[in-house]
Amino acid sequence: MTKSDLVEVIYERVGLSRKEAAQAVDNVLEIIKDTLRRGEKVKISGFGTFVVSRKRARRGRNPQTGTPLIIDSRCVLSFKASDILKERLCG
Amino acid sequence: MTKRGLIQELLLRQPGISYRDSESLVSVMFEAMTRELVTGSRIELRGFGSFGVKQRRARLARNPKTGATVQVAARRTPFFRAGKELRVKLNGPSTGEGGSSV
Repeated sequence: MTKSDLVEVIYERVGLSRKEAAQAVDNVLEIIKDTLRRGEKVKISGFGTFVVSRKRARRGRNPQTGTPLIIDSRCVLSFKASDILKERLCG
Repeated sequence: MTKRGLIQELLLRQPGISYRDSESLVSVMFEAMTRELVTGSRIELRGFGSFGVKQRRARLARNPKTGATVQVAARRTPFFRAGKELRVKLNGPSTGEGGSSV
């Protein structure tokens, strides 16, 4: 499923034009991104939670050359699926 | 931020649509994604990331509290991987690449 498939499903089920639906999908994704960027988590009940966590800098290696290097501190995004979603995948 | 916040923020960014439409859009969107995952298909959202389903084999595990061995059935579990754009965006405009040599 790509973004356009998603827009199509929404277009069929919500009273919006294709253009509005496409814009809205982009907007929703942008809102999620902007929120995460502020460091805030996004919780979609029945689906899952997106959380940003901060990783400290650590010493690592380039696995190809073996050269030691410092991996800068960075932010990583994780997604925790809701129990409802997991349940539905197993049902 | 929860679904409610998403619905309200969507209205601010797209004032042409009604509250009802905003509400149903958000729920239809995640419902459609859930259904797609239930069929076992991948979802790829450009600029955001991709969702998919992984198959986990049945395994023997232990109840950490009692130490009793339990059989865990095979199951499917969803995963998400952030897209490159989003991963970069989370680290602010200044930092991009992964590391510097010592």
